[in-house]
Formats: sequence, structure tokens, C-alpha cells
Amino acid sequence: MFPELIDTRPLRRAVDDGLNWVVRNWGDRFEAAAHPLLLLLKWIEGLLVATPWWLMIAILTGIAWLATRRWQLPLVVLVSMLFLGVMGLWGDAMSTMALMISATLTAIIFAIPVGVWMSRSAWVRQAMTPILDLMQTLPSFVYLIPTVMIFGPGKIPALIATIVYAAPPLVRLTDLGLRTVDPAVMEASRAFGASTSQRLFGIQIPLALPTILAGINQTTMMALAMVVIASMIGAGGLGYQVLQGIGRLEVSRGLFAGLGIVALAIVFDRVTQAFGRRLQERIGLAEQR
Amino acid sequence: MTENNEKTPAISMRAVTKIFGNNEQEALALLRSGKSKSEVLAETGHVVGLDDVSLDVMPGEIFVVMGLSGSGKSTLIRHVNRLIDPTSGEIIVGGTDVLKMNMRELREYRRTRVAMVFQKFGLLPHRSVIDNVAYGLEVRGVDREERLKTAQKWIETVGLSGYEKSRPRQLSGGQQQRVGLARALALDTEILLMDEAFSALDPLIRTGMQDQLIELQKSLGKTILFITHDFDEALKVGDRIAVLKDGALQQIGRPEEIVLSPANEHVEEFVQAVNKARAIKVHSIMEKGDHEPCDQAVPMDARCEDVLPLFAENAWVGVVDAEGNQVGRLTAKQVIRALARHAAPAS
Repeated sequence: MFPELIDTRPLRRAVDDGLNWVVRNWGDRFEAAAHPLLLLLKWIEGLLVATPWWLMIAILTGIAWLATRRWQLPLVVLVSMLFLGVMGLWGDAMSTMALMISATLTAIIFAIPVGVWMSRSAWVRQAMTPILDLMQTLPSFVYLIPTVMIFGPGKIPALIATIVYAAPPLVRLTDLGLRTVDPAVMEASRAFGASTSQRLFGIQIPLALPTILAGINQTTMMALAMVVIASMIGAGGLGYQVLQGIGRLEVSRGLFAGLGIVALAIVFDRVTQAFGRRLQERIGLAEQR
Repeated sequence: MTENNEKTPAISMRAVTKIFGNNEQEALALLRSGKSKSEVLAETGHVVGLDDVSLDVMPGEIFVVMGLSGSGKSTLIRHVNRLIDPTSGEIIVGGTDVLKMNMRELREYRRTRVAMVFQKFGLLPHRSVIDNVAYGLEVRGVDREERLKTAQKWIETVGLSGYEKSRPRQLSGGQQQRVGLARALALDTEILLMDEAFSALDPLIRTGMQDQLIELQKSLGKTILFITHDFDEALKVGDRIAVLKDGALQQIGRPEEIVLSPANEHVEEFVQAVNKARAIKVHSIMEKGDHEPCDQAVPMDARCEDVLPLFAENAWVGVVDAEGNQVGRLTAKQVIRALARHAAPAS
């Protein structure tokens, strides 16, 4: 056994007491701060649920067609969505989609500026990289429990946990995309006297867009991977069905809900990837990467 | 164009030294104490990019900086628009000290006074040809309609009409560099920096671009700082040439001066490999004086290669000045003697 060098109990107690103190004194403020997130989630969920199923399928299939201009992907989307409907998972699928979409949108709002900042300063990158590592590898229950303590069980902690888990790849890929823009192009724009913002919005972001889109794709996938865990703290949706299936030993319920998550994953993965490829072709980087 | 010595130089570099590394000043002190470039590298790990370079580029001339790769020529040209800051020295452009500019002044200076053409083109792949040509004007803040009009004009000048809506990647290398040239010319700056602008092109295309540049320069009269590793190219486009080696200047002079009297062995190596018929102008070897008029005549600044074909039909070829008066004549023998003399190393 490793010798006990110091007594860690006071430290642990301090952490626990600190959290309790935060929950008691700051809980309301945290909840108020996270309220916009809840509004966003509710608004998206309301929109998705209110949309008739046939219109929803038509929209998603249409987007798939726009992204590829071929019939294969729209067919995959159509079949996947029909599967969800036929299996009686439509409503759950919509709330899972709502959670995923609002997590992704929030992640975009936070992750892209952080990625931009990282790409500009080696110091920020050095500071952020371990934080991102932590966000990706720390078991989600570790931060799930404090978030539940602060916000109470429900959709907000589920959403926050999903964002924490899903945002890092977008931050990393934004940083990478911006830094790997052809240095010759960057030098040319500098030589013509472009300001920092002219370079960022006129050159770096447009040229890094395919990489950033790959990051968004990763974020959607990771958000979907979190739905089962999120449903444990009240997110509902397909994850909750899986959870119930496990709890009641109803293999079929878990299986079909699980396949439903896979169906959603396929739809969003393929569609975002197809958009990424189209964008690369338009920019003319397809042959370089 | 080199006779305007009394004018103030368009670009003036004074004792410019550039050292790459974390502690430039320490390495600079070593260099000043008389250590060589390789000693500085061995002791401090710092690379000497430019070593005490001083040169003046006169308004309206094409000044060529020639050197092998690693000689510091690309570093040198980047000092003029301060893409690279020197470790020490002075850079004066049109009377203004470039090194004293703050960020805002520097941007303004880059937007309005110097334009640059790059070896790797540096075109924006996500924009059409015309938007690329208009890019400098866009950065400068010119409104869309006006900048597209200007861009259109320059696209026509460089011979790319019909490609306005194409993407750079759809063009050949030569066409892409024409876009790069048009983008720089559209800014209408006094100074044009060309960093190995034609080096990445096929030989035939390169010759065509050189001719186009010389032709354009006749009407534009810009001050052009032209970087190349190709001595033939330097002789062809340059009004004056500076030879750079290991970051230090070896010789500055008109093409003929360099060919006829290379300053040291390094310059001589270039001279030996060069096409002397192109480098030597007829007026430097002609028989001066008032002779009977010849059937064929060439202008004063013609090169030996220009008169050679004329000897097939004529024994004598006259040399005339700008007004058309014959100022001298020469025979095939004189030309051959001149070429043979300069073919032997350092007579």
C-alpha cells in the first residue's frame, strides 16, 4: 500500500463544503444564468414537436438532397426517419434532436471564439489544451453530479453536461483549421495591409470552414453519444427509453431506442459530412486535403 | 533609367542586418565582433539572414537581387514592406522611415505604397479571379463597383479576359501568376516587389512573363525590386543587379558591369554559366566614331544576341543613338572576340 503521506480528508471535506456553499449561495444565480439555455432548448423542442412528421421528413430529406444532389443520402435519411416513426419513437427522437441541436448551437457559440483565440496565441493554446483534455476524458458523472446539485435534475444539467463533452473537438478543429491555412495566402494578405479582422473573416475562417464543419460534425456525434447519460438526469428522449429498457430488462425497448439513436447519428453525420465536402470543393481544397 | 543618380532613391536600405533566433542582439554583437555567419550559427544557433546590406533602388528602375537559395534574397525583399523586421539597420522608402511606422501606419503603407507578387502566387483559393485581383483594393476600402472596374482593366492588361469568374485552381501556373501580377498592379503603387515571381513557371511561360513585365514597365515606369535565382533572368529584366551570397552583398552594378568585371569568384561562377551574347550590349564593344552609314543598324542598348543574325547578310552593322544618328559600327569578328574574351575566366 502507498503510505499515507498527508491526511486528504480535510481537502475532500473542503471541496464538498465548498460545493455545498456554492449550491446554497449561488444556486439561484447559476440557474438564472443558464435560463437562456433552457429557453433555447424548449423553443427548439417545441418547434420540432409542432412540426408534422411528414413535413419534418420532407425537410430533412430535402436538406440531404441539397447537400449531395444525389438520391442515395436522401433515401438513407428517409428510411431512418420512417424507422423512428414506425417504431413509435418519433416524439422521443424529436426531444433527443432538440437536446443535440441546442447543445451543438451553444457549443458553436462558445467553441469557435475559443478556437480562434487559441489559434492566435501559443500561450492560450498551452493553457486550453489540458482543459480540453480534461473535458473529454473526465468521466461525465464526475461533473454531472455537481451540475445536478447546482441546477437540480432536469434538462439544464443534461444540456450542460452534453456541451462540456461535445465542445472540445470543435475547439480543437477550429484552432487547427485556422492555423493550417496556407501560409503563402496569409503572407499575401499581410503584404496587402489586411487588418487582423480582415484576415480572420476574409481568409482564415472561409478557408478553415471545411475543418470547422468537421468539428461541428464531431460535436453532433458526441452530443448524441451523451443522450443516454443525459437521460439519467432527466433529459428524456431516446436515451430514457434505453434506460427504461435496461431497468425493466426489456431488451427490445432498449434495442430499438438504441437503433433509433444510431439512425439519428447516421442522418446528422452524413448530412454534415456531405456539406463539408461540398464546401471543400467550392473552396478548391478538395484535392489538397 | 539608371542615369538619375541625383534623384533620391525610392528604396534605401542602410546597413540592414537580420538575424533569426531568440536572442538577436547577442548574435548581432558576435557578428559585429567579426565572427563569420557559420561561427555565429555554431556558437548561438542563430541564423544570419542578412549581413550589413546597403543598397539604393532608384525611382523607375528594375533592380534585381540575385542569389542562390539561402542567400537571403527573399528575406531582403520582405524587409521593404516589413513582413520581416530587421535586427538592425535603416530602411527608407520614399523619404519615410519604414521602421518607425506603428501598426496602423504600416498597414496604410502596405495598402497604398508597396504591392507584392509572390513565388507561390498567394492567391485566395475561395475567390474568383476578379475578386483576387480586386483584393488589395478591397483591403484598402475601395467600394465594390470601383474596385471591380479597376480589376477588370488589369485582367485585360495581363491577358486574362474571359477568366474573371474562374477560380485560381482552374488556371495554369502562368495564368495564376498573371492574376498575382494584376492584383499587385491594380493597387497602382510606386513600388512593386516581385519575389521570385517567375521562378515557379515553365521556361517558355517564364520568358513570356519576363517580356510582358518589360513591356508593361515601359508604360508604367514603376520602381521594381525583383528577386531571382536565375542570372539569365536578372540580366534580361534588370536595369541594375545586386548579387547576394550568405546574406551579404557581393556586387551591385549594371548587367554589363557584372558580366565584364565580376567582383569576386562567386559572381564569376554565375558569369561563366551565363549567355554572354545576352549580357553584353553592343555599345560597349563597338568601334566608336563617324563611319559611313551601314545598311543595317541597331539601337545603342541592343545586345550582342540582337546583332548576331544581322551578320548573315552584312559585314558591318551600325549602332545608332536615340535620334537615329550612327555613333559606331561593329563586325562579327568584334562580337566573337568580345564573347570569347569573356568566356575565359577573368582576363
